Amino acid sequence: MAFTRREGARALLWLSPWLVGIAVFFVYPLASTVYFSFHRYDLFTLEFIGLDNWRYAFSDPRLLQSGLNTLWLVVFMVPAQVLFALGVAQLLTKIKSGSGVLRTLFYLPSLVPTVAGTVAFVYLLNPATGPVNQVLAWIGITGPDWFGSAAWAKPSLTLLALWGAGNTVMIFLAALLDVPRHLYEAAAIDGAGAWRQFRNITLPVISPVLMFSAVTGVIYAVQYFTQAMIASRVASGATDSAGSTFTPGYPDGALLTLPQHLFHTGFRDWSMGLACVYAIMLFAVSMVFTLVLLRQFNRAEATS
Amino acid sequence: MTRRRGLVWIAQHAIAIALALMFLGPVVFIVLTALMTDEQALTSRLWPDQWNWHNFAEVFARSELLTWTANTFMYASLATIFMLASSIPAAYALSRFRFRGGKAAFLVVISAMMLPPQVVAVPIYLVWARLGLTDTLWPLILPMLFGDAFSIFLLRQFLITIPRDYTDAARVDGCSDVRILFTVILPMARPAIAAVALFSFFYCWNDYYGPLLYAGVDQEGWTLSLGLATFKAFHSVQWNLTMAATLLVTAPVIVLFLFAQKVFIEGVTLTGVKG
Repeated sequence: MAFTRREGARALLWLSPWLVGIAVFFVYPLASTVYFSFHRYDLFTLEFIGLDNWRYAFSDPRLLQSGLNTLWLVVFMVPAQVLFALGVAQLLTKIKSGSGVLRTLFYLPSLVPTVAGTVAFVYLLNPATGPVNQVLAWIGITGPDWFGSAAWAKPSLTLLALWGAGNTVMIFLAALLDVPRHLYEAAAIDGAGAWRQFRNITLPVISPVLMFSAVTGVIYAVQYFTQAMIASRVASGATDSAGSTFTPGYPDGALLTLPQHLFHTGFRDWSMGLACVYAIMLFAVSMVFTLVLLRQFNRAEATS
Repeated sequence: MTRRRGLVWIAQHAIAIALALMFLGPVVFIVLTALMTDEQALTSRLWPDQWNWHNFAEVFARSELLTWTANTFMYASLATIFMLASSIPAAYALSRFRFRGGKAAFLVVISAMMLPPQVVAVPIYLVWARLGLTDTLWPLILPMLFGDAFSIFLLRQFLITIPRDYTDAARVDGCSDVRILFTVILPMARPAIAAVALFSFFYCWNDYYGPLLYAGVDQEGWTLSLGLATFKAFHSVQWNLTMAATLLVTAPVIVLFLFAQKVFIEGVTLTGVKG
């Protein structure tokens, strides 16, 4: 026991810079956010206004809209990305010739800087001269307005997410290659076909990895900011010099996500108290998924 | 049976080639557009009538691309160095010492990693404003001196795979914690450290939200992400220049990848491990 206590003191010493960081950049701002949520604050005057920010937030139609957009990303974009990456990874395990080239090809787009990739997709999908609609026209399809239409804006971002799914593909590929060969051989002898092998062997073995990447995918979807903001801005042609009148979410608020709404309220309209209300809501949402992830971890650590 | 297997083989390869073309397509069109003349970029013809290599020089002439690159490089490299100096000790403590609260500390790491940066943005911004450091990139660099949750998490996941026997043996020989870290742990953890450093560098290189919040309105202080995001607005009809700028921003990252391919792939698979 004495030994453990000595180790505890040494661990504390090694951890001390990080502990300071947690206090300054995690605990203090969280508490402070709650405090500011009951105040009106615009960098100059601080005024206690009780629950007014909270009352305003619940009647704010853009909050509801941004929340629904974020929910859309969680419900459609994340599963699409996970399933797509799993499909590609599974395919890569079957391909023998040229698989190295293919792997690099699928992985590279995920390295393209987020802003660059988004700007490029807005160009590729622009309805006037965009190559995608040109190519669709060759085969007689009139392409949609993509980033210019409220209905197609989020699916367009989903295409961008699939294009950048290379990271997840690599993770799944490593997991698939780790499945012991002899399990498949045994199943094949028992007469199990490809689908049953996948269902009864592959899925159970790789399910922790799948689960982990689904949950982290959800957490990143909750934080989704850059791609939506850039797509809105480039598609609408607006700049964002401070003090300009860019309203995020173009077209029609279809790309307004919760973090963007928070950012705009706090750092463009300078309604920092209200922004803190949105921050607490965002925190609550992300906490739910973080707890799911923590449970996953506990289970994994217990079995390993 | 063999015939059926042959068909499956053909189907698999056909899908793989189709997918490869879809992944490659965007890049091809971006390159083609980047080389068009201003006039042609307004039309729907996809193949450049004349190859306008001059566009790349035009991007440098019309924007602060070199300044933005220098700023981005400073941000990414300083942040990465600070992150390593602060995160390796924390990961070392979380993986090597058995102590009460060790598990709780690890849960805090995961929670901090998953926290959307916007949640705590207002109070932290106010602190930096009071210190007079807004309109600079320092609010993004200095916090890295206090450990980065994602890096600590990844390093810890790697370090727990190093058997305790190694460090116990060193301890019996009378090594101090510092010497064990430098002579036993660091040499073995080199791939993980390289991966974490690369991820951090890339994260900063790509970061848009951070500079948007802190870099201010003066273009001299911007990063590549900020500059590229507004490039289109200032050159609204010139998709060719915007695409050329996009390629110029992307190129260094791809070059870095080609040099450090192995580190990347190993690092990525490390992020997928369950615990």
